[in-house]
Amino acid sequence: MPTKQSLTQKNIRLSERAIEKILLLAGISSVVLIGLIFIFLFKEAVFFFQTASPFDLIGKWVYDEWASKNIFNMMWQAVSKIPKYSLVPLICGSFLVAFPATLISAVIGIGCAIYLSEIASNKTRETLKPTLELLAGIPSVVLGFFMLAVVATVVQNLLGTKFRLNAFVGSLGTALCVLPIIITISEDALRAVPKELRDASYALGATKWQTIFGTVLPAAISGISAAVILGFGRALGETMIVVMATGNAALITLNIFSSVRTMTANIAAELGAVAQGSEHYYALFVVGSVLFAFTFILNIFSEIILSGMRRKLRM
Amino acid sequence: MDEQNNVEMLEERVSPSLKKIVKEKEPLVTHQTDLLPKINVQNLNVYYHTTQALKQIEIQIKPQRVTALIGPSGCGKSTFLRTLNRMNDTISGARAEGTVMIDGVNIFAPNINVVALRRLVGMVFQKSNPFPKSIFDNVAYGLRVHGIKDSNNLQERVEESLIKSALWEEVKDRLHESAMALSGGQQQRLCIARALAVNPEIVLMDEPASALDPISTAKIEELIHVLKRDYTIVIVTHNMQQAARVSDWTAYFYMGSLVEYGETKKIFTAPDKKETEDYITGRFG
Ligand SMILES: Nc1ncnc2c1ncn2[C@@H]1O[C@H](COP(=O)(O)OP(=O)(O)O)[C@@H](O)[C@H]1O
Ligand SMILES: [Mg+2]
Repeated sequence: MPTKQSLTQKNIRLSERAIEKILLLAGISSVVLIGLIFIFLFKEAVFFFQTASPFDLIGKWVYDEWASKNIFNMMWQAVSKIPKYSLVPLICGSFLVAFPATLISAVIGIGCAIYLSEIASNKTRETLKPTLELLAGIPSVVLGFFMLAVVATVVQNLLGTKFRLNAFVGSLGTALCVLPIIITISEDALRAVPKELRDASYALGATKWQTIFGTVLPAAISGISAAVILGFGRALGETMIVVMATGNAALITLNIFSSVRTMTANIAAELGAVAQGSEHYYALFVVGSVLFAFTFILNIFSEIILSGMRRKLRM
Repeated sequence: MDEQNNVEMLEERVSPSLKKIVKEKEPLVTHQTDLLPKINVQNLNVYYHTTQALKQIEIQIKPQRVTALIGPSGCGKSTFLRTLNRMNDTISGARAEGTVMIDGVNIFAPNINVVALRRLVGMVFQKSNPFPKSIFDNVAYGLRVHGIKDSNNLQERVEESLIKSALWEEVKDRLHESAMALSGGQQQRLCIARALAVNPEIVLMDEPASALDPISTAKIEELIHVLKRDYTIVIVTHNMQQAARVSDWTAYFYMGSLVEYGETKKIFTAPDKKETEDYITGRFG
């Protein structure tokens, strides 16, 4: 005869198992969901190649009336007599925004993370952290609006740039989005460095800064790299700010003060206005797939680096 | 009694190495040196916030001897050890009162350069804590911190330290591999090598063998035996046999107070205090 107590214990065990199963299901379903998105994106993208050649994604020989000969044309010009679907200006634009954005937020973000984890008093940290979370919570459309309305003018007045809206303004705005990610993950990485390592350094007579640069940062370097890579992925994916602040001209350029169009801005600007099932429609899915592939690879990279760090610090 | 006389007989002198731990050319508060203890602790009280961890400690630690600190856990052994190289400074809320003289210089004096003090007073921790760097870089860390950049010099001193810590033969072919791949006992000897590399005069060890197997423990004890020729060693241990084996002097702490301090022979055969005897014979703790 089971007593009342053992019965209730059995029930607890049962409900624990149920909760475990539900959580497992949630975990699996998110993986399945990502898989579905992946499949959907690529499936639509594949249709593009029914009518176009993969080579079109780089460029196309087009007869030029003025030069009266064929010219290799690398443009994204989907609405045109001869539609052109070169990804080169879009990839170029994406990197011209994401690269400086990551650089800016890496420099500031790693500095902030060092300050938060190694220098700030508990009280300062407790006020700074929520402020940062607030920054992460600002809708990117608001940031974009701010960039377009205020920062663009300031930048133009200060630097005398030709285009008011350009890659630089876009990357400043994107940097604001990426910053909280880099700070949070880098700070976690720095805090994960065991106190014993700091003690070892201090006990050898190292100063605080020698300890930070000689012990803590090297021990956390993989986590910080992962933060930067993830931040880069986030910068590549940023849409609203770049739509509003980069000028959206699909140019092939390395000039950071030129207007550019990113892959994300291109999709956002055109997908709403295109006929479903058209070549243009499928071309946008190709752009989406390429973007997805980039960020997916970056995420996997950062995951590998992070697990490497965990192994290195096994103590 | 003896020491009282020595104080009067000795002229005021400071060992050259100690000069370095004093930042400015202020008149040194010095006492006798040679015949006197390496470390002279007077009226030491240590607090963590408001709780007192050490009460009125008075102890004179002899140069080139091994002094063992024993006592039940939580009695303040580690706290005492960390006072001697001012590692307590890194713990927020920790505060020390009284004087700790090393070679006649009060290490709590405002003009003390803590960096130089810690160079002079090395430390080995309970849990081996090599940096996640190569074996070479671990030993070279302290040297680099103190401004030694010349690679020949580094090479020489790393080798010398590894020889001293009896690790050289085991690692000489893989100096540039990660220290994390070493066994626990090797890691602890690496930590000793790292501490020795900066030429300390005093080495503090906080239960250095408590996490090691008997063979590694024996190696560490053997090492301590050799090292005391050149260094003043203060070692915390939980293991009575170990204290008896390695130390010349033993201090028994209980609840933040120093109960008894004397030559190890005496403490382990005929202690003055009943509490000491109870602890040593295992009737306590
Ligand atoms: N960082 C700390 N903060 C607050 N109290 C501490 C800290 N370290 C040690 N203590 C307290 O001081 C006392 C002595 O501790 P400790 O020196 O570690 O003893 P032992 O090394 O002999 O085991 C204990 O009561 C302990 O709780
Ligand atoms: Mg302890």
